[in-house]
Amino acid sequence: MIRHLLSTEDLGRDDALLVLDTAEYMATVADRSVKKLPTLRGRTVVNLFFEDSTRTRTSFEVAAKRLSADVINFSARGSSVSKGESLKDTALTLEAMGADVVVCRHPASGAPRRLAGWVRGSVVNAGDGTHEHPTQALLDAFTIRRRLGRLDGLSVTIVGDILHSRVARSNMWLLSTLGAAVTVVAPPTLVPVGIERWPVTVSYDLDAVLPKSDVVIVLRVQRERMTAAFFPTEREYTRRYGLDADRLAAMPASALVMHPGPMVRGMEIASDVADSTRSTAVEQVANGVSVRMAVLYLLLGGTREVA
Amino acid sequence: MTQRVDAAVRDPVDSGGRWLLRGVRPLGGAAVDMLLDGPVLAEIGPALSAPGATVLDADGLIALPGLVDLHTHLREPGREDAETVASGTRAAALGGFTTVFAMANTEPVADTAGVVEQVWRLGRTAGHCDVRPVGAVTEGLHGARLAELGAMASSAAAVRVFSDDGNCVSDAVLMRRALEYVKAFDGVIAQHAQEPRLTENAQLNEGVVSARLGLPGWPAAAEEAIIARDALLAGHVGSRLHVCHVSTAGSVEILRWAKSKGWRVTAEVTPHHLLLTDDLAASYDPVYKVNPPLRTAADVEALRAGLADGTIDCIATDHAPHAPQDKETEWAAARPGMVGLETALSIAIMVMVEPGLLDWAGLADRMAGAPSRIGGLPQASRDVAAALRPGAVANVVLLDPAARWTVDPHAFASRSRNTPYAGRSLPGRVQATFLRGRPTVLDGKIV
Repeated sequence: MIRHLLSTEDLGRDDALLVLDTAEYMATVADRSVKKLPTLRGRTVVNLFFEDSTRTRTSFEVAAKRLSADVINFSARGSSVSKGESLKDTALTLEAMGADVVVCRHPASGAPRRLAGWVRGSVVNAGDGTHEHPTQALLDAFTIRRRLGRLDGLSVTIVGDILHSRVARSNMWLLSTLGAAVTVVAPPTLVPVGIERWPVTVSYDLDAVLPKSDVVIVLRVQRERMTAAFFPTEREYTRRYGLDADRLAAMPASALVMHPGPMVRGMEIASDVADSTRSTAVEQVANGVSVRMAVLYLLLGGTREVA
Repeated sequence: MTQRVDAAVRDPVDSGGRWLLRGVRPLGGAAVDMLLDGPVLAEIGPALSAPGATVLDADGLIALPGLVDLHTHLREPGREDAETVASGTRAAALGGFTTVFAMANTEPVADTAGVVEQVWRLGRTAGHCDVRPVGAVTEGLHGARLAELGAMASSAAAVRVFSDDGNCVSDAVLMRRALEYVKAFDGVIAQHAQEPRLTENAQLNEGVVSARLGLPGWPAAAEEAIIARDALLAGHVGSRLHVCHVSTAGSVEILRWAKSKGWRVTAEVTPHHLLLTDDLAASYDPVYKVNPPLRTAADVEALRAGLADGTIDCIATDHAPHAPQDKETEWAAARPGMVGLETALSIAIMVMVEPGLLDWAGLADRMAGAPSRIGGLPQASRDVAAALRPGAVANVVLLDPAARWTVDPHAFASRSRNTPYAGRSLPGRVQATFLRGRPTVLDGKIV
C-alpha cells in the first residue's frame, strides 16, 4: 500500500481495488451493535482542516474512532494558523506531537503534497484547492460498485463546474483507472484549457449524454461563478445543465444520480431528483465512513486480513 | 589556474594595477595575451611582456566582455533579509557580470531621485559590480500616475531604463505617455507584459499541466496581448519599448513582426525560460514558481530560436531572491521568482552554445553587447568586438569552457538560495572577473 493518499491520479488499479475491498469489510462494522474495531488503538489521527468542512471532517473523525484511534481536530480558525503560522511550522508541530496520520483539507492546490514532505507520518488529502479529493472519488466508486455490481465498462457522466472541481479530477482519474468511460459535461467556460489530455470525453450537451449514462455525478455550482461571467444567470445554468425530473426520465431506468454534497437544490439538481430512489446522496455519506476507515487502516500498515 | 596577487591590486579606487592575462581566447578565438593597465585594456597580442604586472596563467580560458544584466532584483532597500546590494553584486561578479540593472520594486519603491541615488551609491560602495538603478514608471508601481521620470534621469544615478516590473503598466494611455515622455532623455520603458484581468490569482502556465494540478492558469495570451499593444504604441509614437522576460512562442512571433516594421522594440529572455518547463510544477515545489510562469517545451524551443536569430535581443536573469519562508509554503502562498546571477552564464552555455545556436561572440552579444545598447551604457561596451580591443574599458570575464560544476545553493554569494538548479551539474565556470581592470573574482572566488 502507498504511504500517503494525495491523489487518485497516481493510485494504481490494485491499490484502488484494495481500498474498495477493505471498505466492504469496514461497512459490516457499521451493522454491528458495537461499531468499533480495536485495530488502530494507540495511533493518532490529526484532522488538519484549513477550510470549513463539517461533513468531511466528521466522516474522517467517525472513521478513525471506529478504528479506536485517538483523533485530534486541528482547525485553522482560532489556532496559531490564523496568527500567521506557516503550513510548515504547523506540520512540524503535529510531527512533534506524534501524529501517525494527518488528514489535510486546504484551500491551496498541492498543500497536502507539501505537507507530506515535512512529516514522517502519512498524509491523506481531504480536498486541496481545485486539485483532488481522493477519498470522495473512492467513496463514489465504492457506491457505484455496490449499487451496480461493477465499474468496468460503465459510462459515468460528471456534470457541473469541472474547472474548479477537485471531485471531478479525482473521479475522472479513479473511474478511468477502474475501467469506466467518463464523460464531463459543462458550459465551455467551466471546462479547463488543457482538458484534451484527460482520459475523458467532453460534451457541452447534457441531454445528448444522459440516455447513455449509467451514472450521473452532479457537482455543486457556486453562485459566485456567475459574477465572474462563467455563465449568465442561475436560471440559464439550471435550464441547460440542471438535473431535473424530465432529464432523470431520459436516463436508463437503472442509472444512478450521485452528488458529493452539499447540494444546491433547484440549481444543479431538482429537489425531486435529489430525493428520488435513484439518488445515492445519503448512501454516499455512509459509504464515506467505510472508505475512510479502509484508507486509514491501510495507510497504517494494515493488510487485507482485518480482524 | 595560478596567479600571483600583489597588494597593489586591492586599491579600492578603480586603478586595478597591471594584469597580464596569458593565453586567453577573446570571444573564443585564438589564444593571445591581454594586458590590463589600470582601468584600461591596454594591449592584446602574442607573448606580451609587461614588467611589474601580475601574471595570470589563463591558458585556454575564454575572454568575454563583462556581462550586463538588464533585470536584477537586489531587494535593497526593504528586504535586506533576502538580498542586499552588497550580496547581490558579489553574486553578480561571480556570475561574470560587471553591470546589473536593479529593478525598482523595492520598499520604498525606486520612484524618486532619492531612492535611485541611494541604490546607485550602495553599488559604488560595494564595488563588485556597477549598479544601474531602474526607475519606476508609475508612483509606487500603482499604475495610476507617472513617477518623476525626468528627476530620476537627471539624478546622479542617470536612470535610462524605467519599469514597473512585477506589475504591468496596463493602462494604455499611461503606457503611451510613458513611452513618449522618456524620449526627452533617450529612455526606454521596460514592460512586464501581463494583462491583469486575464491573470487574477494566476499560478502557472494555462494548459495541460495547470488543468491537471488544479492551479489557476496564466494564459500565454495575457502576455502576448500586451506585447502586441505596446509594440503598436511604440511604433505609433516612435519610442523605445523593451519587453521583459518574454516567455511564449507567440510573443516571439509578435516581436518578429514588430521588428519587421522597423519599430524600436527590444526584448529579453531569462535563462530559466530557455530551459525549464511547466511540468516541473507537478511537485508543487514553489522553487519552480516564477512570473511569468514556466511554459511548455514548444515555447522553450521558440525562445531559443528567437534568441539565436536576434528576435529576442538579450538574456536577462530576473534574479529574484526570496527568503526561505517565502518559498517553503504551499504553491499559491509562495512568492514568484528564482535567483539567477550565479548560474545564468552556465545555463546560457548549456542551452545556446552547446547545441550550436550561438557561438561565443553571439553569446557575448546577447549577454553584454545588446543589454549595453538597450540600457544606454557607454558606446564602447555596445559592440562586443570593440569592447575587447586595446583602449576599451577593462571589463573582462574569463571563463573555463571545459569545467563543469555542481550547483550548491549554500555556496552562493547571494543571500537567497531559491534556485531550481540545486544539485545540477552545469557547464562553464567563471574563473575571473575584472571590473575596470580590478579583479572582483579570481580563481572562481570573490576578491
